[in-house]
Amino acid sequence: MKTILIPFAVAVLLLSILVFPALAANKPPEKGEGLPVINLPVPKNPDEKNYLGLSGSGLFKIPQIKAKAAIVEIFSMYCPYCQKDAPGVNELYRLIENDSNIKNKIKLIGIGAGNSPYEVEVFKKTYDVPFPLFPDKDFEIHKACGEVRTPYYMVVKMNEDGTHQIVHTQLGDYPGAEKFLELVLNVSGLK
Amino acid sequence: MEKRRLSNLILIAGVLSVFALTPTAFGLSDAYRGNIYQVGTLKPIDSVLRVKAGNHAPDFTLPSVSGEKVSLSHYRGKKNVVLSFVPAAWTPVCSDQWPGYNIAKDIFNRYDAILLGMTVDNIPTLFAWTNQMGQLWFPVLSDFWPHGAVANRYGVLRSNGVSERALFVIDNAGIIRYIDVHDINKRPPLEDLMGALEKLKK
Repeated sequence: MKTILIPFAVAVLLLSILVFPALAANKPPEKGEGLPVINLPVPKNPDEKNYLGLSGSGLFKIPQIKAKAAIVEIFSMYCPYCQKDAPGVNELYRLIENDSNIKNKIKLIGIGAGNSPYEVEVFKKTYDVPFPLFPDKDFEIHKACGEVRTPYYMVVKMNEDGTHQIVHTQLGDYPGAEKFLELVLNVSGLK
Repeated sequence: MEKRRLSNLILIAGVLSVFALTPTAFGLSDAYRGNIYQVGTLKPIDSVLRVKAGNHAPDFTLPSVSGEKVSLSHYRGKKNVVLSFVPAAWTPVCSDQWPGYNIAKDIFNRYDAILLGMTVDNIPTLFAWTNQMGQLWFPVLSDFWPHGAVANRYGVLRSNGVSERALFVIDNAGIIRYIDVHDINKRPPLEDLMGALEKLKK
């Protein structure tokens, strides 16, 4: 009996560990904390890869983005408020990219909670999103982020010593590109 | 002692796998904050289809949220039709399905398809619920009375009176070409539906 059960138990454990590496957090990430473990694929698109300052292939973690601060939006193509905010978030990207003082210091990414690559692509095309979006089809990252409602915004400050911390989180209530940029500059110490 | 350790290990593994595999977050858009009724995990499918691919799609006429009556036969010879049955307004997965279709209008157009959203809820409920989704480009139909009659005719009425989460693709000759009676706890991936529409072109 034992000889049957041991391999079974090991198989189930391995499945849990391999397929679902990010275990659920019981609350959303908060200001002052570090990010949960989020592994994202290095974009294949060279422009996106270049935008994030990444090289090679495989997976990367958000603090590896070459910048002083990263704005992370957890969104869904199925979320009406994410749809409504999309043009304003695009405008935020353009404000940053058009300002030579901050262009290389702040980067923006989106993570599509429960969205397949196809669904993320529909969102990207519909709103002409100019920054990298990543699918999270099985809600793995979303679970690691405490199953936040959407859209959820996080500003992550990357420190000189290689550490990082979340300096701002916000559920919805997107105030428009200019106000949000002002907020990002303040909380990340870039002003 | 060793046996006990083994049982503990199995128990932990079981709990971990259930935890990881349980259907998760839907209806999380802030648009619905505080208004989504959590239904828990349900029996994936609880009905037996009464139609199959290749059959003529049974005709129906139902009232829509906009006030007009919509008949399936109206589209015969004009448009491909996607019927999207969702179980109930104000529930997690359903609230996270049509808003996605709402931004995919150009893809439906590409396949010359109209989408008909359907539930067994009444019109006032559907009105309030779909208002949270923004302006929908497709008709939303109420199969409320006689209760669930169309869902029942297609064989997607569950034993508790709500419909399955089901998609039917009907070509412009009125023939059913694709059926997905989906696990009620999960949202059908958009690419599966679009793949079915793509096949109509062949």
